[in-house]
Amino acid sequence: MFELFQHEFVRNAFLAGSVVAIVSGMVGYFVVLRGQAFACEALSHIGFTGATAAALLGISALEGMFFFTMVAALGMGLLGKRLRNRDIEVGMILTFMLGLGVLFLSIITRNATTAVNILFGSILSVTPTDVIVTIGAGVITIILLVCLYRPLLFASFDPDVAETRGVPAQGLSVIFLLLLAISVSEAMKVVGVLLVFALLVVPAAAAEHLTHRPFSAMLMSVSISLISTLGGLVLAFIGHWPASFYIVSLTSLFYFASLGIRAIYYPRRYREPSHPSREVFPDVPKII
Amino acid sequence: MDRQDPVILLEHVGVNLGGTPILEDVSLSIGQGEFVVILGPNGAGKTTLIKLLLGLIKPSAGSVRVLEDAPRCGRREIGYVPQRRAIDVEMALCGRDLVGFGLDGHRWGIGIPSRKRKEKIDSALRKVDALDLADAPVGQLSGGEQQRILIAQALISDPCLLLLDEPLANLDLAHQQEVVALVNKVCRERGVTVLLVSHDINPLLEFTDQVIYMANNHTAIGTPDEVITSDALSLLYGSAVEVVHAKGRYFVVGAET
Amino acid sequence: MFAVFQYAFIQNAFLAGSLVAIMAGILGYFLVARGLTFAGHALSSIGFAGAAGAVLLGISPVYGLLVSTVGAALAISVLGREIRERDVAIGVIMTFALGLGILFLSLYRGYAEQAYSILFGTIVGISRIDVLVTAGLSLGILAILALVGRPLLFSSFDPVMAEARGLPVTFLGSLFLILVAVTVSIAMQVIGVLLVFALLVGPPATAIRLVHRPGSIIILSIGLGLVYTWLGILLAANSSWPVSFYITTLAFVVYLPVRLFSSHGKDGRNRLIRKPSSFFTPNFQEAVEEEKETNPAPSFPINEKHNV
Repeated sequence: MFELFQHEFVRNAFLAGSVVAIVSGMVGYFVVLRGQAFACEALSHIGFTGATAAALLGISALEGMFFFTMVAALGMGLLGKRLRNRDIEVGMILTFMLGLGVLFLSIITRNATTAVNILFGSILSVTPTDVIVTIGAGVITIILLVCLYRPLLFASFDPDVAETRGVPAQGLSVIFLLLLAISVSEAMKVVGVLLVFALLVVPAAAAEHLTHRPFSAMLMSVSISLISTLGGLVLAFIGHWPASFYIVSLTSLFYFASLGIRAIYYPRRYREPSHPSREVFPDVPKII
Repeated sequence: MDRQDPVILLEHVGVNLGGTPILEDVSLSIGQGEFVVILGPNGAGKTTLIKLLLGLIKPSAGSVRVLEDAPRCGRREIGYVPQRRAIDVEMALCGRDLVGFGLDGHRWGIGIPSRKRKEKIDSALRKVDALDLADAPVGQLSGGEQQRILIAQALISDPCLLLLDEPLANLDLAHQQEVVALVNKVCRERGVTVLLVSHDINPLLEFTDQVIYMANNHTAIGTPDEVITSDALSLLYGSAVEVVHAKGRYFVVGAET
Repeated sequence: MFAVFQYAFIQNAFLAGSLVAIMAGILGYFLVARGLTFAGHALSSIGFAGAAGAVLLGISPVYGLLVSTVGAALAISVLGREIRERDVAIGVIMTFALGLGILFLSLYRGYAEQAYSILFGTIVGISRIDVLVTAGLSLGILAILALVGRPLLFSSFDPVMAEARGLPVTFLGSLFLILVAVTVSIAMQVIGVLLVFALLVGPPATAIRLVHRPGSIIILSIGLGLVYTWLGILLAANSSWPVSFYITTLAFVVYLPVRLFSSHGKDGRNRLIRKPSSFFTPNFQEAVEEEKETNPAPSFPINEKHNV
């Protein structure tokens, strides 16, 4: 099997795939922590439009995605709390953008490969330029996340108290959304528009079931993401199905396995209620 | 800081939020080591006052001095326990991490785990009697337990002023008493000035030095016996209010704002 | 422009599209009122896998859609409310279903038209049989709605009260999801799985800001849906752009000014739209909490209730 690596496209795929997996695992951890899975979906829709528009204009899909998603992320960050509970408004805007993307896609379907790449991911046909851009953006994202780790964690958990301790919670929100935009764009390259959720949210959600320490959770999220991506790539080379399918299936597998592990090793509650009138928490409202 | 100097000093302070006056011409002074309770109906400005002291809101009139300095964010001498909100049951955070935020959550980078840090956190947890909760996922703790951990988080930086916003809300009686006893202990044993917003004075009555009663854009300040009287509250609300002091508790009966 | 009507397939598209618009207008209203708008998204994604799988097996995608969406609605009902992170679980299943769908599409070396039409809808691929099937399903939905319409409305706005009156709120919730699943299935023919949201949520979201009684909202919503669909088909027939794009754009272009310029309820929140809840039944508790947040009633400071 290792003869595979003699081919450049294989090496590129594994290289870019690894970077994207690591970035997704790290960013995804915060996405789940902050309850911003919806923002993830939103950005992938917008990225879809960016990719198709770029294809129409003849520029690299990755650039199109970066541009569109980062502008959208900036907008979302600045609108902030006003986007909360605006499911319908945001949904309508997203659907409109998706509609535009569908239009562009229908136009470029003359060139079927581009359409397929955008929808299904194109990690196996990633160009050397794309690899460099992906690694570059990925490394920047990783470095930023490492530097911002503690304040971001604090602000994600409790923006009010963090603010009083001098953490710029609002600013970090915007920066995080920009980082999310980058990782969404990169993830779209690997698994396509529709499956970004699988790479960004699912590994982190699985990790959350397995540990309660933040740093371990992030490491686990990265590991699951990495194993799924690399494993998926290997399977794609051995089998005949799209890489994105294998990758997504592996992450789903990990997720359901984590549910099972949690059911076995961790009882439903950490301790029995000490007082009969102990409260049950309502679901946490999701924020953008 | 001289022992006599007030910890908090407000002089003719007014706060406008979005055109609406929330606070008007408020003057008060709070000395070191006092246990002060802020009472009043919703929307009267209790949380606004807290945010003013934290530097999250700027006054539109008057001057605010906290610990001899203008209020601003990032002051380690002030501990803050905000209104509790629901925590995701699955949240990957345990008591230790939560308390750790109070120590170095604002510093950049990942942070290197050190024994000294662990000891500091353990000691803070021990002081609030929550050491056994250190490794528990916070989402699965009871309200009272979470409250204790949040107080530990506020206390770990050794503040001289502690601000708590509705710490007793949605807690059952037993947990309320736990929290009140804890806060009182901190106040008396460590000389920390405590400002506590509450809906109900009764659980706090025996520990309260001063009451700041905010209603109807007015503020009344004094000891519980001075402020929570029919006359004082009627003046405050601008309508007839009757206070019944029975069985060591206050019952307030009367008109709404 | 109207010469296109002589073609049978356009007639079919119009018929099927009209039925879809009517069903979507009604059920979409309930979707919006119950705060379950993303349920439409999830069901359509899961349906995508079913449709693609059906195509792979050589049968009409509508059947695949029906099986998968109704199955998903039932499965979710069975899961119940116990599982705490049910929403993430549904997201995972939805994503996996999308992955399956993509797999099936990629395996399908046959007519790309089929694959195209699943994703994007079509005006050319609808046969008489499809119209009949759609009509049959629509009649079924209407019949069920005629029976449960009022209880459903009641439980959408006041589930606690409804339950107290003896209404089977949970059962109604499940039934509702199944009806949505069927609607999504028939809508796919015209608008494709990706953009179902536009037809399902667009017209009711617009109508809700213009009129205020449920009956009028539904009628307006149906009317808007019909207009979008007819115009969309007409425009698509006379150009080479996909019909789903036209419908979506029309829905959005009408929604935007209405949203921006319509009067809001108090605090800018429209009382007719429930705060979005998790997947299943409207979360009354959450709605109450938010009411308390946004409308701080000046309550009395010392609550006699707490004291003996």
